[in-house]
Amino acid sequence: MSISREDVKYVAALARIDVPEDKLEGFTKTLAGIVQYVEQLQKLDVDNIKPTSHAVPVGNVLRPDVVKPSLTNQEALAIAVEAKDGFFKVPLVIE
Amino acid sequence: MSPHQLTAHALLDLIKSGKISAKDAYGDVLSRIKAVDGRIKAYVRMAQTEPDFNGGMPVPIALKDNLCTKGEEVTCASRILKGFHSPYDAGVVEKIKKSGGTILGIVNMDEFAFGSSCESSCYGPTFNPWNLECVPGGSSGGSAASVAADEAIWALGSDTGGSIRQPASFCGIVGLKPTYGRVSRYGLIAFASSLDQIGPLTKDVGDCALLMNIISGYDQRDSTSVNVSVPDYTKALVNDVRGLKIGIPKEAFVEGLDAEVRRSVEDALDLLKKLGAVIKEVSLPHTPYAVATYYIVATAEASSNLARFDGVRYGLRATPAKVRKNALVDMYEETRSKGFGDEAKRRIMLGTYALSSGYYDAYYLRGQKVRTLIKNDLDEAFKDCDCVLTPTSPTVAFKVGEKISDPLSMYLSDIYTIPANLAGIPAISIPCGFSQSGLPIGLQLMGKAFDEEMLLRVSYTYEQNTPWHTKKPNL
Repeated sequence: MSISREDVKYVAALARIDVPEDKLEGFTKTLAGIVQYVEQLQKLDVDNIKPTSHAVPVGNVLRPDVVKPSLTNQEALAIAVEAKDGFFKVPLVIE
Repeated sequence: MSPHQLTAHALLDLIKSGKISAKDAYGDVLSRIKAVDGRIKAYVRMAQTEPDFNGGMPVPIALKDNLCTKGEEVTCASRILKGFHSPYDAGVVEKIKKSGGTILGIVNMDEFAFGSSCESSCYGPTFNPWNLECVPGGSSGGSAASVAADEAIWALGSDTGGSIRQPASFCGIVGLKPTYGRVSRYGLIAFASSLDQIGPLTKDVGDCALLMNIISGYDQRDSTSVNVSVPDYTKALVNDVRGLKIGIPKEAFVEGLDAEVRRSVEDALDLLKKLGAVIKEVSLPHTPYAVATYYIVATAEASSNLARFDGVRYGLRATPAKVRKNALVDMYEETRSKGFGDEAKRRIMLGTYALSSGYYDAYYLRGQKVRTLIKNDLDEAFKDCDCVLTPTSPTVAFKVGEKISDPLSMYLSDIYTIPANLAGIPAISIPCGFSQSGLPIGLQLMGKAFDEEMLLRVSYTYEQNTPWHTKKPNL
């Protein structure tokens, strides 16, 4: 399998990255090289192998559902790019 | 020797005996930074708050730019986080402060830890103290260079595929990646959550044990942190390897391994054998697939972790001059395109591709299955060995700019370090010699999960019988 310019455009859109035309060739080339390299994994027989998502087996970790101190609204919004009425403010979504 | 040249344990002895104050020791390291950092460029910013000098272990420390420290700017060496001041302390930072550690400043890294050379930082590269034309390794290049240049007594870094061990090796110091779950990741800005671990970069093995004592332990706020008791790691500093079984993977000494690195590692093996260790050949047949596996699993996790950087809450927000899609989506895309560097974009796209519809089974799921095979190989080897020895990196430090335009060649410099991350086991890099050109060489020891003590014991024995850790670069 190889990666085409169209694939890069598609993946970039999924990842919310705008790749300008003059960078498309470079990304296509390097990504195609890496994808070609990882193709070697197709050689291995993994039919009866279980996937490992975590090396150290841990289950769900639960804690008592009690209110504890955390960041205040003010502390959280102190790092906001833009805030209004106690909320993070974003560009207009619905006209 | 000046205080900045000392190990932490030597410095603490001087402070305890009243020969120097914690404040003067800190000041001495700051003067060293002023004197040499213009050439090394390890620090990206100095601490904003004056530390408290009255703690029990006031060791001047450098922190990698991905560890949240309350009130300090933390950026992962990325434009997208410029201006982000953490409202809280990471678990390890809390522990450092509690121990009395005195934070010097924040050190450089590859952007979001994506790299093996410290060149993909938005602040520009850090340089290797042994040769300013060479890279310090990465991604914890600033941590390694600052310790090697005596600009910090010790440092913390993070290791996802070798990011503590490879720079430690390139800079001639000690670097340990602990077992996954040994050290809390709370407040470490995530790269690949199933692989990341925080660990120490130090001037010798004794300091490594000491810093592990400070940072290890269960933390409720990291659900992958493992609740097992923490030993006193300094008790593992025993100068004796008699009867210990050290495995040598036959797959490790193949093409691509530099001849000088090979010779130094083989010399180290001979020495350990002379000191009474039993050397055994082992086979890790799936390790040649480790780099390919890693670049699927790690980038997939990274693409998901980095989705949070979108300009909505903190850090950078950029809006395009002209409307392309709609105001919000345009803001996401413009922010991420302006905020991330090329390597970050490449890895986000690769990870997105591996997880995308139609490719998930062929790439991500298959990668996770091969991860199982690699882990099984190591489990098998440890049935008959106490630890496994390899080079840390196939080469010594390379030149700045040499690999930056060829990402794949850069990725291959992690060929020996990646398996430990995939298997979640601890691994250490210690100095084992120098090349003709005067660059440090490192060897790696991998151990069983939660058996950092074995690695410290073998490393300590080797260190006690070799001069490498006492050498300093000429600056």
